[in-house]
Amino acid sequence: MLDLAADRHAAAVPSPGLLPRTDSPAVVLTDVRKSFGASRVLNGVSLSIPRGNVTCVIGPSGSGKSTLLRCINALTPVDSGSVLVDGIAVHDPALDKLALRRRVGMVFQQYNLFPHKTALENVMMAPIHVLGEDREEVEARAVALLSRIRLLDKAHSYPGALSGGQQQRVAIARSLAMRPTIMLFDEVTAALDPVMVKEVLATVRDLADDGITCILVTHEMGFARDVADQVCFTDQGIVVEEGPPEKIFTNPDDPRTRDFLGHVRF
Amino acid sequence: MIAGDGDAVGVLATIWKWAPLIGRGFLLNILISVLAMAMGTVAGLALGLGQIAPYAVLRRPAQIVTQFFRNAPWLVLLFYCILLLPYQMTVGDWTVPMPAWIKATIGLALPVMGNVSEIVRGGIQALPQAQWDSAESLAFSRRQTLWMVILPQAIKPMLPPWMNLYAVLIMATPLASIVGVEEAMTLTRFALSAENRSELLLPMYLALLVAFFAYCYPIARWTARLERRFAVKH
Ligand SMILES: Nc1ncnc2c1ncn2[C@@H]1O[C@H](COP(=O)(O)OP(=O)(O)O)[C@@H](O)[C@H]1O
Ligand SMILES: [Mg+2]
Repeated sequence: MLDLAADRHAAAVPSPGLLPRTDSPAVVLTDVRKSFGASRVLNGVSLSIPRGNVTCVIGPSGSGKSTLLRCINALTPVDSGSVLVDGIAVHDPALDKLALRRRVGMVFQQYNLFPHKTALENVMMAPIHVLGEDREEVEARAVALLSRIRLLDKAHSYPGALSGGQQQRVAIARSLAMRPTIMLFDEVTAALDPVMVKEVLATVRDLADDGITCILVTHEMGFARDVADQVCFTDQGIVVEEGPPEKIFTNPDDPRTRDFLGHVRF
Repeated sequence: MIAGDGDAVGVLATIWKWAPLIGRGFLLNILISVLAMAMGTVAGLALGLGQIAPYAVLRRPAQIVTQFFRNAPWLVLLFYCILLLPYQMTVGDWTVPMPAWIKATIGLALPVMGNVSEIVRGGIQALPQAQWDSAESLAFSRRQTLWMVILPQAIKPMLPPWMNLYAVLIMATPLASIVGVEEAMTLTRFALSAENRSELLLPMYLALLVAFFAYCYPIARWTARLERRFAVKH
């Protein structure tokens, strides 16, 4: 286990001005639809994610899971329906995308670190250039984050010199340096070998312990069962079924969920 | 020997005699090429960024201008600049003379601009979309993403085609002799008419070819080396 409890002020607690209201859900999707040309990818997704929860989104490949996540931080604009994130109307054409993305971090399957910057620079860039924070303050925070993911010795390495698991942890640290209140993870362990999967999932679990709202698209059913507060099964662009992991994994209502779970390993 | 054995020494001596003058002309070729490359690169970068602009009002004109200057004969563009540009330009209280070689430089900068624009567009679009996604997820603005994330990565693969373009440009600078610029080609012709010996024709032009080759070949080798180095993706 990583000691993420140490220095939790550095990454987990949002600055006071950004403290969200705790009564409303962190993310609410209502009848969200999205097509790419003729292919209808999201066909009316409705979903509510309570603050501080870990939600795992599972489902067959091509069912629109990535698109769903990308609609939450406005990387993909929705066609219709509403997306509320920390009370921000993401579907509004007048949306301030940058304000939204300062609160919502996202980590991708392929890490996507900036290859021309060291690990430390990757972590420091956004707080300095986007939030306009003081370089020394940011550096202290970045160093704390790197030591939390036990990669301080790699601070000055370029991404090309890091293993997949190390790159992915740096990518998580890079997002955390922005002190997001919500984190989106899109199959962040899919490209990793089993040992690295464990490291990365341990990092995610500790974020959840820190109270950051986490939404994960994942094929790690064991992780979903052990850590998720809520599991959500998608198929063909709709949320077929959602509920606590005990319910979804042991006694799902929908035959499609049962069929899908019958085909995956734990 | 091209000029017959008995004359070989005499021919070499004549070439040697004119070498300082033609050499100065060659420096003008280099100056024109460097200036045209600089102007064409700055303008081409702007145009290339215009080509990937999210707004069609910027993108369409940038695409049209790029295609126009990429697909126009260099010599015709050169003639246009010589004919269209004034002999002098007045900027406020300043009057800047516009000699033919400056006009020729501008004329050569135009096709460079069109080609650089395409190099920039291609270099940027060759980068994975994922780099844009992750920068935008970190709340970088489009402009920040471009300058801090995309361009620094795209610049390396852009270098070899950019250097190739420079080699094409330096070899196109003798076109300026057609519009009366006193560069190496013009001065070689001047020397030949002063000497008025037909056996000098081929050796003198050969000397000019050798000068261009000596200048371009190292650039070509260096370009090839960079190409090989960047072929291995990060
Ligand atoms: N930018 C895009 N343009 C066109 N089609 C897309 C785009 N993004 C996703 N799709 C299509 O949408 C469908 C769902 O994709 P995705 O959301 O990535 O599913 P998942 O993550 O569940 O595998 C796929 O058929 C995919 O080809
Ligand atoms: Mg996906």
